Order: sequence, then C-alpha cells, then structure tokens
Amino acid sequence: MNTLDIKNASVIYPAAEGGEAVTALSDINLTIEQGDLVVALGASGCGKTTLLSLIAGFIAPTKGYLTLGDSKIKGYPRVACGLDLGDEVRGPSADRGVVFQKHALLPWLDVMGNTEFGLKLQGVEKAQRRQKAADFLKLVGLEDFHHHKVYQLSGGMQQRVGIARALTNDPEMLLLDEPLGALDALTRESLQELLLDIWKKTNKMMFFITHSVDEALLLATRLIVMSPRPGRITHQFDLNFNNEFLACRDARLVKSSEAFIAMKEQVLSIIHGDEQQTQEA
Amino acid sequence: MNANTLSTDMAGKPLSSPTADKVHAMEVYQVREFTPLIQKIVIISKSKINQPSIKSGEYYGTPGAGDSRLISIVSTVLFIALWAFVTELGYVDPLFLPSPFDVLNRLLEVMNDGFAGATLTEHLSASLVRIFGSFLLACLIGIPLGIMIGCSYILRGIFDPLIEFYRPLPPLAYLPLIIIWLGIDEESKITLIFLAMLAPIILSARSGVTSVRIEQIQVAYSMGASRWQVITQVIARGALPDILTGMRIAIGFGWTTLVAAEMVAAERGIGFMVLNASEFLVTDVVIAGIIVIGVIAYCFDLLMRYLESKLVPWKGHN
Repeated sequence: MNTLDIKNASVIYPAAEGGEAVTALSDINLTIEQGDLVVALGASGCGKTTLLSLIAGFIAPTKGYLTLGDSKIKGYPRVACGLDLGDEVRGPSADRGVVFQKHALLPWLDVMGNTEFGLKLQGVEKAQRRQKAADFLKLVGLEDFHHHKVYQLSGGMQQRVGIARALTNDPEMLLLDEPLGALDALTRESLQELLLDIWKKTNKMMFFITHSVDEALLLATRLIVMSPRPGRITHQFDLNFNNEFLACRDARLVKSSEAFIAMKEQVLSIIHGDEQQTQEA
Repeated sequence: MNANTLSTDMAGKPLSSPTADKVHAMEVYQVREFTPLIQKIVIISKSKINQPSIKSGEYYGTPGAGDSRLISIVSTVLFIALWAFVTELGYVDPLFLPSPFDVLNRLLEVMNDGFAGATLTEHLSASLVRIFGSFLLACLIGIPLGIMIGCSYILRGIFDPLIEFYRPLPPLAYLPLIIIWLGIDEESKITLIFLAMLAPIILSARSGVTSVRIEQIQVAYSMGASRWQVITQVIARGALPDILTGMRIAIGFGWTTLVAAEMVAAERGIGFMVLNASEFLVTDVVIAGIIVIGVIAYCFDLLMRYLESKLVPWKGHN
C-alpha cells in the first residue's frame, strides 16, 4: 500500500493586476498512511481547500513536492498533449477520489449513472460496473433510488450519491472537501457515522476538510489545525475519539466526555488566537 | 386623489389630519355619491397591487406567476376581431390592409393555384430546405466548434476576432460578396443563412462550456477521465441547455435572413413570394406569406421548447 508524502510544499498564486502575490500555502509537511483519517481544520482562507487541490492534483506546488507511493503528483493529467507521461507523474487520477460540498453530481445522469460513471470512463463492462455501483449505493442506503434524478434528491441524499460514486471507483485515498457542510445537524451525524464505518471497513486513506470542531474531533485519527496568511499547519494532534464512537455508537456520550471537551477547548483557543492575530494585523 | 385618504374616509373614520380634511373636503363630498363603486375599485386595485392573492400551487412573491394561456387566446381573438372590424367597415384602404377574410381566401387560392409561378407548398418547401439545411450545417459545425473554442485558449485566440468581427454585420452587407464568390444558386442562399445562424450557435456553445461547474470537471478527472472524456461526457452535456437556447435564437436569425437570401435570383421561396407580391402591391399575399412564416417559426419554437424539457429537464434546478 502507498503512502502520501508532502515535502515542503508551498503554493504561491501570482500577483493579479494591482495586487500582490498570495502565499496560499507555506511549507507544508504532511504524511498520510494507509488507515489514516486526517482532518484539516481552520478558519476560512487558511488554505484547506488549496491543500486538498494539491493532493488531488488540481494544482501544482510552487515549491516542494508531493509523492504518492513512487510517483510524483503534479498539477496536470497523466496524459498531456497526447503523450503518456507514465506513472512517475500523475495529475488527478482514479487513485484519489474527491467528494465536494455540492454541485459535483451530473444532473443528466440518474443516481446509478452517476455512481457507475467512473467505471464507465475506465471501460469496465456494464454488468460488472452496475453490480459494483449497486453494492455501494446499498452501503450508503440508496438501494431504492437507482433511477431517481439526482437534482430531485435532498442535499443529504445527493452527498450519499457523491460518496458512493467516489467509493465505487475504489480509490486508494478519499479527499473530502466539507462534504457535510451544507447539511442539517441530524443528516450530518448519520453521514459522519456512515463515513467512519466506511473508513473502518475499507481502511482507505482519507483527507477530510471541515470547519466544525466537533466533527473534526469525532472523525480524525490525526487532526491538523491550519492558520491563514500564509496558510500553514500550526498544530497536529493524534486522536482516538472515532474508535470510542465506533465502540459505543453514541456521539453525545463521546462528545460529553472530559477528554473531548478539554481537547475541544484547546483547539478552539488555537483558532481564536489566530483570529485575534489576524484582526490585529 | 390619495387612495389612502379616500379609503379611510369611506370606512367612516375621521381623516388623519384636519388640513387634509379641508383640502379634500370638496372632492370627498363629490366622490361620496359614487361610494360603492369607487370603494370596490379601490379595494380591488389595492389588493392586486399591494397584496397579490396566492392561489394553490403558486409561491408568494414570484413575479408574474399564473397561467397566461387563456388571456393569450382572448387577446389574439380580440386583435383579429379589431382587424376585421376596421377593414370590413371600410375604415382602411384594402391596398394598405386587406381584411382577414380576404387574406384567408387569398391564402387558399395561393395554396391551390399558386402565386408567382409556384404553389404555396412549393414556395414553402424551397424555403424550408434552405432554412433547415443551413440550420443542420450550422449545428454540425457550430456546436463542436463552440465547445472546442470554450475549451482551448488557442482556438479561442484564433476564432474570437473572426466571429466577433462578422457577427454584428448585417447579412445584406455581405450578400453581394457571397454572390460574387458562390454565384446565384442555392449555395449562396444557404451560405448566407448558415452564416447568420453560425454565430449565435458558436457563442451559446462557448458560454455553455463556461457554465459547467468546475467541481463536475474535477470530479471527472479524479475518476480517471481523460481530457477528451471530460470534454465529450461532462462539458458537452453540461453545455446543452445553453446550446439549445442558442439553437432557438439561431433559427430566428435564419427566418430574418431568409427574405434577404431570396431577394436575388430566386424562383421559389416564401420570402421570394412576399417580395414579389409587394412589388405588384398584392398586399393580401404579403400578409398571407408573413402569417405562414410566423406560424411555422412559432411551431418550430414550440418543438424546441418541448425538446428542451425532454433533453435538459434539470435546467433551472441547479
């Protein structure tokens, strides 16, 4: 199994007319191994999404580099200008599945069509890809919705389709950009549990972005706290609340434990400290 | 007179300010005679303007909500009735505006016996071949080209100045040039209509590309799509609502250009028929031809709207 390694990666957006160059990410070092569920937490503008785009291969680092296993990740597709650049260089590809907050489903395809889309792109034969997509739709509780139109589903169901779609493709790593950010509290909790179950079952690497401290603490095996201007990782914590939760299946019990509350206070004080600094600056 | 002052007075309450009372005393006194009627009008107009009533199935506050079809039928019938009224009673010279009955009779006559050397069906089919031949050609070239221009800065760099230069030119301005190049046969007519239709189709396909959400594109790449697959299976599909709108606009341009195309060396064609009739001041044929063009164009637009509801049912949902 592969490991994702980020070494001294910086992303600097060139200066727009009349503006200054923006350092979106500064000197990021991060290693994600199989079974890690890394959650990135931080105020808006701290570079969480830039970091995810970097891992996904949507953008290239200005300095430093990223590797997944033996191959470098660069911000362009593997096949460029008709040339196959080989395994050494990979842009976005099927080994890193992405789930966005919203707007990422294809409305001209039904639930099944969206879920099997990745396998169809790769030329997997119809019966096989349907079977696999059906399995994952069942896993996320949408077995009765194969032929529903995605734009008529509720927000929570759309996100389930997005998750099933990413899983059907069987990526090594799952990148989730605030996947539950637009959902109501109840749906959010049930999908948190679903994601943890999937993580436990598949043992995939996951990189999860949120700005809910509760969500971050409940899900993470490793929590990275980021801070803006320039975006950087300021703190890392190894956590175990997710296994506690999977053992008791009671989010309120876990969240009311002294350890959880103390951790939450610590993280909040870090974030608020950041905000004060920004305001002073 | 202020409607508020009026209605408070109607309700039997004293007017809010004594000066207003003095100023409006006379008018209010006169109005009192018509109290029931005016009171009704005030109530109805206030309720329509200030507080629109909500029928079931409507959302409060939606501008222009409601079914307008019945009103359209009534207004059309009334318009034709007005036309018949002023013409049949001789208020207007038939040379300027013949009555609807004359136009209808002339239409039947042209269908059976023909006008300017051909029957209506022959005129019409010549024009329809030109319009839809050009339309098909414009779609086959314009849609892929527009999508490619939207996806590639190189193609955009090459084609943008060309398209932006010729798009606002009136087809009549470059008609002579096309005739010099292509002669006076069908080629020049179809080319003229094709050029008029091409620009809106290319531009709509291009703007459709930009309306595709970056999340949809990135997710496709993350599922292993090649650039070609993203263009054909995500971008082209996502651009379809805009492309269909562009096709509707294009066919409208086509009808506008048809008459210009049939000005030179046509022997058949609905535009030619109208032009020919106008030269001989046969006003009823002119109007009959215009009505035929209008009805066909409208029917085609209905077909396109139906296609839109079938092909892009998600439009307006995202």
